[in-house]
Amino acid sequence: MGMSMPMPKGSSELEQAAEQEAAGECSWRRDFPIFNQPYRDGIPLTYLDSAATTQKPQVVIDALSDFYSHTYATVHRGAYELSSQVTDRFDQVRAKLAQFLGAPDERAIVFTRNATEAINLVAYAWGLDNLSPGDNVVLTIMEHHSNIIPWQLMAHYRGIELRYVEIDQQGELKLDQLAELIDEHTRLVGVTHVSNVLGTVNPLPEIGRLVRECSDALILFDGAQAAPHLPVNLTELEFDFYVLSAHKMLGPTGIGALISRSELLEKMQPFNGGGSMIERVELDTATWAELPYKFEAGTPHIAGVIGWGAALDYLTQVGMERVLDHELALTDYALARLSQVPGIRIFGQGQKMRLGVISFELAGIHPHDIATILDHHGVCIRAGHHCAQLLMKFLGVPATSRASFYLYNGRDDVDRLVNALMEAVEIFR
Amino acid sequence: MSLRSLYGNIILDHYKNPRNMGELPEADVVVEARNPLCGDELTLYLKLDDNQRLAEVKFTGVGCAISQASASMMTVAVQGLPKEEAEELIQLFKQMVMGEAELDAEAEARLGDLVSLEGVSQLHNRVKCATLAWNALQEGLEEFARGGSRAELVEKAD
Ligand SMILES: Cc1ncc(COP(=O)(O)O)c(C=O)c1O
Repeated sequence: MGMSMPMPKGSSELEQAAEQEAAGECSWRRDFPIFNQPYRDGIPLTYLDSAATTQKPQVVIDALSDFYSHTYATVHRGAYELSSQVTDRFDQVRAKLAQFLGAPDERAIVFTRNATEAINLVAYAWGLDNLSPGDNVVLTIMEHHSNIIPWQLMAHYRGIELRYVEIDQQGELKLDQLAELIDEHTRLVGVTHVSNVLGTVNPLPEIGRLVRECSDALILFDGAQAAPHLPVNLTELEFDFYVLSAHKMLGPTGIGALISRSELLEKMQPFNGGGSMIERVELDTATWAELPYKFEAGTPHIAGVIGWGAALDYLTQVGMERVLDHELALTDYALARLSQVPGIRIFGQGQKMRLGVISFELAGIHPHDIATILDHHGVCIRAGHHCAQLLMKFLGVPATSRASFYLYNGRDDVDRLVNALMEAVEIFR
Repeated sequence: MSLRSLYGNIILDHYKNPRNMGELPEADVVVEARNPLCGDELTLYLKLDDNQRLAEVKFTGVGCAISQASASMMTVAVQGLPKEEAEELIQLFKQMVMGEAELDAEAEARLGDLVSLEGVSQLHNRVKCATLAWNALQEGLEEFARGGSRAELVEKAD
């Protein structure tokens, strides 16, 4: 499979690559089979919905297929050679993830179904025992529903108060307001690393320091939109929980992780009960397995973990710095081109740092009509509230259109997006 | 189906200049309809006369071109119709946009301008936009038959 790294190529292949570069095509795209086939009526697929979920490179698809074809068995029941091998590979991915995120405490890396389940794990396993009436949890208006609803459920069970940090004109969190909202009853502060609507990269080092300085509150960072797109080094951060999903970073669906600290996880009750997470079971009691298995009840999504490992390898080989550079350059290009579309309003411009998630509105054209017209051109974008209804309300819009990029997108994708938007404007003129 | 035939003149005209838009304080039945999936919201006001004819039909709300144009055209099409005929038209319209009806000349005549929404039948994810107002009308007529005056309708995901 062609990674895009320099490797010996025939001259025609080189020519072809040069041609593609000139056309603004992205060379990593060739590693993704979905882009190597015609999409519909000969038009190419312009996939601009990676904030929802990403396409998969051949190496990930092959890893899944190879695993099921050649080495499939269960984990942690090593009564036979095959299972021991699988268990090793399974835990190697944990080590890879630790490396990828700069999170050396492997015992504090818990596999979950996705970022959503990781946050629910924290809410239930930590929150039920540690929150009580009068306490508050501070969130932000730009959180995905997955970092709001679990805390609303805790408000229901434990009578806590929820507080929300707002954003300014530039689409950045009001950090002074964050400092004001935190008081001695604040038990947790939950902030997304990157906004799935505005693309804003929140200043986690600053936020971490701020929270530590003025409270004992725990810190939860939602890395679902960050870990896929920029280098993350958790050793440099003040945090207690960091969550992410594999499917947003080239891996399979159904697998994600919670990164925490062992001392903290040791003190928490398990989230789900069942097999694999126990040590000894009596009639009325049980003792828990060591970390991280205490939080991994039931047979896990083994293939998902293996596939995620392949995705991490791929991203590591490309280099997250390059992924970020590519995305920043493409975002600049997209913002410049999009601003030429008559009647467009882009949400979130002027942040200190923003990634390739661009939400916009076209005057007089509903996001669903935009999506239909774009779909006609093979351009896939998201229309709706993006699981961020609080932010939508704050921005004063019922819904927006959202285009989001990843390493397989190029300027040609942006051009096709802009051309299709121009047609929408023309139709609704 | 081409984009221009979906977003044709009739639909865009009704979207930009919706007919019978506004509240109707003297309505017999008010239906609040929502499609949570896309955020479309529509309130339908029905006034029936002594002969169970739709004397006046108005609507308010926000939504995409398809849902707004469909609602606007519907209010025009059912104004003055006896309840039974309105119900028949609801069925016919829904069959058309769900791609379940071969339209003969008679059906086309009954649908009139509404035929311009036929293209929706090829866009599976837009059918609900077109039917929102019509389901609200159905709900309103049923509520009226039950003797009620307010109803709510929330579209479900397929
Ligand atoms: C910022 C953010 N957090 C959390 C999630 C939830 O991810 P998942 O659905 O994989 O749990 C998403 C996904 O859209 C997201 O964008």
